Amino acid sequence: MKKDIIKIEELKREFVMGTETVHALRGISFNIKEGEFVTIMGSSGSGKSTLLNILGCLDQPTLGTYEIDGLKVKDLSRNELATIRNEKIGFIFQSYNLLPRTSALENVELPLLYNSKVTNRERKERAVKALEMVGLGDRMDHTASQLSGGQQQRVAIARSLVNNPVMILADEATGNLDTRNSYEIMSIFQELNSKGITIAFVTHEPDIAAFSSRTIVLKDGHIIKDFKNQKVQSAADELAKLPKEDYQL
Amino acid sequence: MRLLNLFKIAFKAIVVNKTRTLLTMLGIIIGVASVIAMLAIGEGSKESIRTTISSMGSNMITIKPGADSRGPARGSGGDVQTLTLENYEVIKAQATLLSYITPVVNGGGQVINGSYNWPSSIYGVNPSYLNIKAVGLKSGSMFTDAEVQSASKVAVIGQTVVDNVFPDGQDPIGQMIRFNNIPFKVIGVLEEKGENTFGQDQDDVVIAPYTTVQKRILAIDHLNQVVASAVSEADAPEAVTQVTEILRTEHKLMDTEEDDFSVQSMEELISTFSSTSEMLTILLVAVASISLLIGGIGIMNIMYVSVKERTKEIGLRMAVGGKGSDILMQFLIEAILISITGGFLGVILGLGSTEFIEKFLNWPTSVALYSIVISFAVCAVTGIFFGWYPARKASALDPITALRYE
Repeated sequence: MKKDIIKIEELKREFVMGTETVHALRGISFNIKEGEFVTIMGSSGSGKSTLLNILGCLDQPTLGTYEIDGLKVKDLSRNELATIRNEKIGFIFQSYNLLPRTSALENVELPLLYNSKVTNRERKERAVKALEMVGLGDRMDHTASQLSGGQQQRVAIARSLVNNPVMILADEATGNLDTRNSYEIMSIFQELNSKGITIAFVTHEPDIAAFSSRTIVLKDGHIIKDFKNQKVQSAADELAKLPKEDYQL
Repeated sequence: MRLLNLFKIAFKAIVVNKTRTLLTMLGIIIGVASVIAMLAIGEGSKESIRTTISSMGSNMITIKPGADSRGPARGSGGDVQTLTLENYEVIKAQATLLSYITPVVNGGGQVINGSYNWPSSIYGVNPSYLNIKAVGLKSGSMFTDAEVQSASKVAVIGQTVVDNVFPDGQDPIGQMIRFNNIPFKVIGVLEEKGENTFGQDQDDVVIAPYTTVQKRILAIDHLNQVVASAVSEADAPEAVTQVTEILRTEHKLMDTEEDDFSVQSMEELISTFSSTSEMLTILLVAVASISLLIGGIGIMNIMYVSVKERTKEIGLRMAVGGKGSDILMQFLIEAILISITGGFLGVILGLGSTEFIEKFLNWPTSVALYSIVISFAVCAVTGIFFGWYPARKASALDPITALRYE
């Protein structure tokens, strides 16, 4: 029996806008076990961004409980949340969010700079290892502008891995990429997942969801579907099926 | 998070924006440099005034007859005859804080030696005059008290007079000159003192016993001045009070009456002239400080823009575990690094330009250590003060909003 990385019970999030109260999440419950690859789907306004913010400890629920790796998140201070983000979660964003004019290596080192337990030497070693893991061992000195979109996202993945998080949280990580690059990124995720890393992937593209082992679908602040994917596609295989060049001059 | 890492992050941000950082620094550099240079100019002129006045005898006290306040018409200070030899004798006998004292009578006239002549001034004094004025003799000797008693026709002359009436390089000692047709035997030549601060040639004088000058040249009984020296510079103000009291008693002035004389120490003269240059220094420094302030506002402006521009970056830093305090420190350190580096370069530029002013413009300058310390401290404080607000703003950002900021 694998342990639960994430435990959510009756989670509600309400925003007060003037006199109106917006119910972004109306009481949802689910658990994510260690080693799962979950996609969270839903159209805009379904509450998926709100859920993501709460999962990422950037926001706190109005009601209900959220536990990450055995830690109750409710009522933690801003600083305590920052520490959880630093030590337990790896973030990946749609727009990569790399620091401009900064080398790939330094970008990957960033989360460890905020962790005083990591020495300078260890930080560099871990960053190099993470970059090698995503296949960018030879581009460590390149700055963001010298890398393609797919490569930038791989740097971002390396950055999310470097602090050995209990879970990687990806927000539309393939949203800005073409099919080929999307599949490449998904194959990296699958590879990481096969090594036991838990991944929560927010997307609205059904074909991306096909690469994950479980899908949770949100609508109007409720979970309307939560199912195991019986036939997980291999992103590497799909990538091989794509024509050699997407366009020919 | 370790402070060293924060320094690394801040340093990185500065290096990444080289041009912008340099331009921001420029304000601070110019501000600090101008404060230092202006203070150096001010201190320099103050010091040169002090040196020249002190060279005239720093303990010196001058007693002049004041405007006569009795009667309807007031004359100028020099015209009245209220200062007499008796006054001098009483001051000499009663004042305990004076080491030397001499009566002074003076007038202008023509110095003649054969076919050469030169317009100059004659000072009738006693031998203490040289001690009071802190001037020595280049050659020859000073006249004696006995020569004063006997109203001898002997004189000690300044170098300018020597140059003009003995142009052939002849030794003036023992020669006869005439002052307003009265013959004097030259017995000494004064050391050269050059021009004083007010452009007056201190070597253009003839010094003779006051008795001789009173009787033979001016034909007067009263004195133009009495000059004395206090036992020490510190005692000068006290000596001034003492002399004033003696003279008031001597002149039989009622408590309600104003002094009919004036007693002034060199210190007062120095402060009168220094206060002018001090005013100028304050003005210059005020202008320089404004440029320093503008430099500080420049830092605030850039930091503010920097926070806005890097909102997304701040969001990311927070998402990967940066605490509010980390972000605050990062931007604060950045501002301080800019201002301190700017301050350091400013000190160098300030010292350089001071050197330039001294060498090429021939202005007296004097770099005061305190001006460096103060301007450097001010610019460090400026960095903290003007960096604080934008940094505070950055640290208070909501990570979700910051991440979504475009």
